[in-house]
Amino acid sequence: MDQEITLRVDGKEHTLTVDTRTTLLDALRERLGITSAKKGCDHGQCGACTVLLDGRRANSCLVLAVANAGAEVVTAAGLADGDELHPMQRSFISHDAFQCGYCTPGQIVSAVAMLREAEAGWPSVVSEDLDADEVVLDHGEIAERMSGNLCRCAAYANIVPAIAEVARS
Amino acid sequence: MSGRGAVGAPLDRVEGHLKVRGAATYANEWPVENPAYLYPLLSTIASGRVTGVDASAATAEPGVLGVLTHLNAPKLAWPNDPEVAALQSGEVAFHGQFVGAVVAESIEIARYAAGLVTLEYEKRPVDVDMRADRDDLLKPQHAAIFGSQPGDLQDGSSADSAVGDFEAGMDSAIHTLDATYSTPIQHHHPLEPHTAIAVWTDDEITLYCSSQGVHLHRTLLANAFGIDASRIRVISPHVGGAFGSKVFPVTWATLAFMGAQLVPGRPVKFALTRQQMFTLVGHRPATIQRIRLGADADGRLVALGHDVVQETARAKQYAEQTVAASRLMYAAPHRRTTTRIATLDLPVPTIMRGPGEATGMFALESAMDEFAVSMGMDPIEFRVLNEPAVHPESGLPFSSRHLVTCLREGSRRFGWEHRAPATPARSENGWLIGTGVASSTYPSPRLPGNTATIRVGADGRHTVRIAAADIGTGTWTTLAQIAAEALDVAVEDVTLQIGDTDHPLASSAGFSSGINCWGTTIHAAAGELRAALNENGGAVPDEGLEVTTDIPDNPYIAQYAMYSFGAQFAEVRVHEDTGEVRVPRLLGVFDVGRVINPKTARSQLLGGMTQGLSMALHEAAAIDPRYGHVVNNDLGGYHFAANADVGSIEVHCLEERDPYVNPMGSKGAGEVCIVGTAAAIANAVCHATGIRVRDLPITLDKLLR
Ligand code: FES
Ligand code: FES
Repeated sequence: MDQEITLRVDGKEHTLTVDTRTTLLDALRERLGITSAKKGCDHGQCGACTVLLDGRRANSCLVLAVANAGAEVVTAAGLADGDELHPMQRSFISHDAFQCGYCTPGQIVSAVAMLREAEAGWPSVVSEDLDADEVVLDHGEIAERMSGNLCRCAAYANIVPAIAEVARS
Repeated sequence: MSGRGAVGAPLDRVEGHLKVRGAATYANEWPVENPAYLYPLLSTIASGRVTGVDASAATAEPGVLGVLTHLNAPKLAWPNDPEVAALQSGEVAFHGQFVGAVVAESIEIARYAAGLVTLEYEKRPVDVDMRADRDDLLKPQHAAIFGSQPGDLQDGSSADSAVGDFEAGMDSAIHTLDATYSTPIQHHHPLEPHTAIAVWTDDEITLYCSSQGVHLHRTLLANAFGIDASRIRVISPHVGGAFGSKVFPVTWATLAFMGAQLVPGRPVKFALTRQQMFTLVGHRPATIQRIRLGADADGRLVALGHDVVQETARAKQYAEQTVAASRLMYAAPHRRTTTRIATLDLPVPTIMRGPGEATGMFALESAMDEFAVSMGMDPIEFRVLNEPAVHPESGLPFSSRHLVTCLREGSRRFGWEHRAPATPARSENGWLIGTGVASSTYPSPRLPGNTATIRVGADGRHTVRIAAADIGTGTWTTLAQIAAEALDVAVEDVTLQIGDTDHPLASSAGFSSGINCWGTTIHAAAGELRAALNENGGAVPDEGLEVTTDIPDNPYIAQYAMYSFGAQFAEVRVHEDTGEVRVPRLLGVFDVGRVINPKTARSQLLGGMTQGLSMALHEAAAIDPRYGHVVNNDLGGYHFAANADVGSIEVHCLEERDPYVNPMGSKGAGEVCIVGTAAAIANAVCHATGIRVRDLPITLDKLLR
């Protein structure tokens, strides 16, 4: 069954027809040709497909496009302001926080959302004080909060400092 | 502008600005008009044959363009290689083998319709029993580069080797060790699955795919389909990780070609799912390894033996050089190595980062540690005492070997002197803390089949073309640096073109050979271009100047043994109640010759060490002995290191230039870093707990006593 929906992706509105079985990730990649979010597992287990969905990070392979009609989607491409990269993107480059780059858009979107979550005081499983107003983003907190984004090239030792630098500024 | 300093500069990756936006084009992302989609059918038995196919419901499904099985698939010219051919008969040699495919208008339709195809099978008994005492073990033969080259093992070496009289050496020893180690099936799992877009027309066949070697893939596919290679163009500028899985297994590309033949002119898109990657793109084979060591009263080795049993597939023999490092690491007058294979109803194994050395050195370096401890010696001093002056089997001198410096420098940086000699070493808040060390090595081979073209335009821009691959290794950046230095121009004035069969021949990314092969070829071409320019009085003619050069011979290969080395240090914490293992600290000190780009090299080295950590603690395929399938076939069941599994990792390179390997002075860096990590961690676990785990991975059940 097909359904017409509207999605706002990286600030641009798209009207498209999707099979009701189409995931948001496939709608982006196969229907709209927006390939910034990657497909690593199609299964909610790797984080390569992470986008901001109405402002929060989400695995776009785990949600159906039709169930998100009208949603606001931001990919890593949309974090940049034209030629001007987002500070997180610049930090990933200068820390060499990737090798093959396939997990990278998901890592970056996830990191940007993660900083907002921490700023809002959300605790993680390693937070000592669940009611603390402020989260101190040390290595353990960043690593824990970023563990939904796998990197098989294993750039973790560079990803954490890349994020920490943006968190400090 | 001068190219001085181009090599050795810690440049950011040239394609980084694309990758951070998700704008680097991976195989499945090329914009194509009106694609069709292919979804495969996989066998649900491990041994037997397909006896019946009912595709009627699938064919009747709206949007289905065709169903392929062995009954109607095109007959291939090269039907018998299970890493290349698919659907050539109903025979099933492993669970999860391609037995069909659906081509349809959309992913959703193709996948749904695949579920409507019913297959009947005649089953044979399943044998996936990996044991060292099987009575049908074979000595591998002609397994080099998958049977394409002479030699028993994948690296071209012989299955067995002997120097002196091993048994007599063991008999004469004052101290002895006899221990057996085992390693499980592991999977590469690059984050980008194996994907393809194939377009088949009468004139040209185009394959966008994820490839470690576009020319190899073209040759394999041309042979399979019996067509002229010049008709095929393979394009793969960015590869989302590979680790060995995107070299030899290409059945997924074969299937994409078959799909494309079904709808000529129309692009066919195909991506393996993560689950399908467990059986169709190779794996690191399981091993059982017996190490025997004998030493004199001072701890000097007099005998060293390494006997390997490795699992391989009934469909195709693969035997790797698990014993290779034992042939060169330590001096001992009496030595032997053997390799035997157990042929099972499993998918075909393949090279995976550090093939052979990664598993072999887990065994040897664990044994070295055990032996040192049993003799009351420090593990570093024991290794230094047994450092060989020349290659212990061939007698060749090493082109450069700074293993002892790596151990000493690592010891200093890690604070080894503060290590408690006894076990358990230290306890803190319910955690037992220990440290361990292991050596690393990997060869720096030179592969044939490399050609580079360099063109300089009147504007002074240099275009360097070679069909190399960047699988995350930094090739886009490092080859430009090598070219810039050799041409004596600024890196910005070099345009590199790789990852396309329209560019000159290149060997595949693998065997830590990229810089050595592609870099040397570019270096040679640059020399020729500069000579041609000189002949022209130093000026670039209006029409530009172009040279094409093959990789030069290296006369030193016959005279020297060429290897990278390293020393890896680990600190572990083992929870006293749960047996949980954490690795707060890893240090690697490497002798990889001159480093082309310290930034990208560091990433590669710490990535390899992290994969070594993952090998030590996490990764193992669970095979069901009854049905022969991988039980834990997704990234939830097959865990590899996530961010929170990794603590501090420090990497240091000695920067000792190798005089003989290549004109840059660089040795391989991509694989030495995963070799030895697992042993360093196992040794640290033993230091912390007193428990010697000889079977990877080191999971908590093995530590609860
Ligand atoms: S592709 Fe969505 S989590 Fe892996
Ligand atoms: S950079 Fe390759 S998976 Fe993260």
